[in-house]
Amino acid sequence: MALFTYETKKDTRSGFGAGMEYLSQHNPKVVALCADLIGSLKLEGFIKNSPERFFQTGIAEANMIGISAGLTLGGFIPFATTFANFGTGRVYDQIRQSVAYSGKNVKICCSHAGLTLGEDGATHQILEDIGLMKMLPGMVVINPCDYNQTKAATIAIADYEGPVYLRFGRPVVPVFTPEDQKFEIGKAVHLVEGTDVTILATGHLVWEAIQAAEALLEKGIKAEVINIHTIKPLDVQAILASVKKTGCVVTAEEHQYNGGLGDSVAQYLAMKHPTPMEFVGVNDSFGESGKPAELMEKYGLNAEAIVAKAIKVMARK
Amino acid sequence: MQTQEIQKISSQVRRDILRMVHGCQSGHPGGSLGCTDLLVELFFNTMHLKTDSAGKVVFDMDGKNEDLFFLSNGHISPVIYSVLARRGYFSTAELATFRKIDTRLQGHPTPHEHLEGIRIASGSLGQGLSVAIGAAQAKKLNGDQSTVFCLMGDGEQNEGQVWEAAMYAPHHKVDNLIAFIDENGQQIDGPTEKVMSNRDLQAKYEAFGWNVMRMDGNNAEDIQNTLKKAKAELGQGSPIMIIMKTEMGAGVDFMMYSHKWHGVAPNDQQLQDALAQLEETLGDY
Repeated sequence: MALFTYETKKDTRSGFGAGMEYLSQHNPKVVALCADLIGSLKLEGFIKNSPERFFQTGIAEANMIGISAGLTLGGFIPFATTFANFGTGRVYDQIRQSVAYSGKNVKICCSHAGLTLGEDGATHQILEDIGLMKMLPGMVVINPCDYNQTKAATIAIADYEGPVYLRFGRPVVPVFTPEDQKFEIGKAVHLVEGTDVTILATGHLVWEAIQAAEALLEKGIKAEVINIHTIKPLDVQAILASVKKTGCVVTAEEHQYNGGLGDSVAQYLAMKHPTPMEFVGVNDSFGESGKPAELMEKYGLNAEAIVAKAIKVMARK
Repeated sequence: MQTQEIQKISSQVRRDILRMVHGCQSGHPGGSLGCTDLLVELFFNTMHLKTDSAGKVVFDMDGKNEDLFFLSNGHISPVIYSVLARRGYFSTAELATFRKIDTRLQGHPTPHEHLEGIRIASGSLGQGLSVAIGAAQAKKLNGDQSTVFCLMGDGEQNEGQVWEAAMYAPHHKVDNLIAFIDENGQQIDGPTEKVMSNRDLQAKYEAFGWNVMRMDGNNAEDIQNTLKKAKAELGQGSPIMIIMKTEMGAGVDFMMYSHKWHGVAPNDQQLQDALAQLEETLGDY
């Protein structure tokens, strides 16, 4: 039985591009910067509508972050864009000092997060970016699940005052959330109601979590699926209410165990409501070349892996 | 403002720097003393700053329609703090809190503690020029005719990000920007020529497309004249870089001609010896 259906598959980065195109027409304060990856970030629409509000930095990400910080003076809302590895790890200190510590209203928006850019391999994949960004005081961290949600998140963060990290990706994935959704930063979205196990998923793993819930239902297990699109600030009320009901939890993300959604949830539950917990993510490893689906299978980031962890964690109740 | 008046203020700022660093027994007096003449000229004469009807400076973060200054080599925080306080952004009494617990005058400047006059954190080197360029481009987008200034150190030129910014500004015709390099020839591990030679900074920046000028950064008259010339050449398609020769520790004879005083505080006797060389012109805090 299908819990959710979809008509098309699209890449989340195109949702970002659509959101930027919307902002080019509706928010004159939004400016965009890119480090020589306009096509990959789907910025053509923004640039076509607002060429004077676009800044090409060349392959110079550190400078891009500094310029973004400077552009906030005078009231602009810079969206600094590149691949997730180059937009976080490569420029961590620039983000730390010139954006986060300086309290600047910069949106760091990165595609190709996680493993799913595939063939380019580990130099262009990143599985540490959520951790890097969430450790910065005051930084909001968002990982939307599909095209529609990424578009909505892109539009929403322009109205939020403060630094934000928005991560998304390259592969086409089912578009299953509403086109007209209102995106609320820090507000988890209940997708499937259940009583036996809580599955907290983020980004591309949300669709996999729905598939896992369907498979579990066939085994007579009622899984509750919650889309944690905002890792920081974490919707702890939604998480607490769900695990009090189900008594166990699995987190799922395209990221390292260390620093990801899972350890934010574990830290919270350890303090407030210790609960049996299992993690779906990458366990202290770099990625590698391969087709996205092959990588997700090899690294255990799919519905099957979630099903296995759900059964395992239920036995620990 | 006449250069004699600038020099009087500079004497007081130098006293402030020495007393601040002595007060907490930490901080960076050498570069602060070396850049005093530039910062006093900028804030007391060259820069157009927002003021209220009574002529008192007022601070807002956006800084629209006023000149902006970014300190990239944040370790010379004593000089910017003293100059901002003397210019009226906050009380000179607050200078006594420098580097002490609960202070807004952190070891390196930050807007995190809401200190009037500071718009960006600096200290981790190489980032200020990028920020200044962004602020200059924001002014252009806003149709704001005012100017952005940025000071870097010469040791700071080691940082790769500086050269990313150096390439960007002429490409994007950021011609409402005047940047400075404090060429004191010293960095922590010794003379820049030994640690990491900058070779010919003028030729380098010119090759990147900057309009490069030189001045004596400890000569009030030369500073004033060069800034006048630089301002006249704004808006012509190129950012301006002024390489200024300074002496670390300028104004205190035993602190000059060495990098020994880069990050060392004077003891009680050294403070007295240094203050004896600097006239108290505006009243110590």
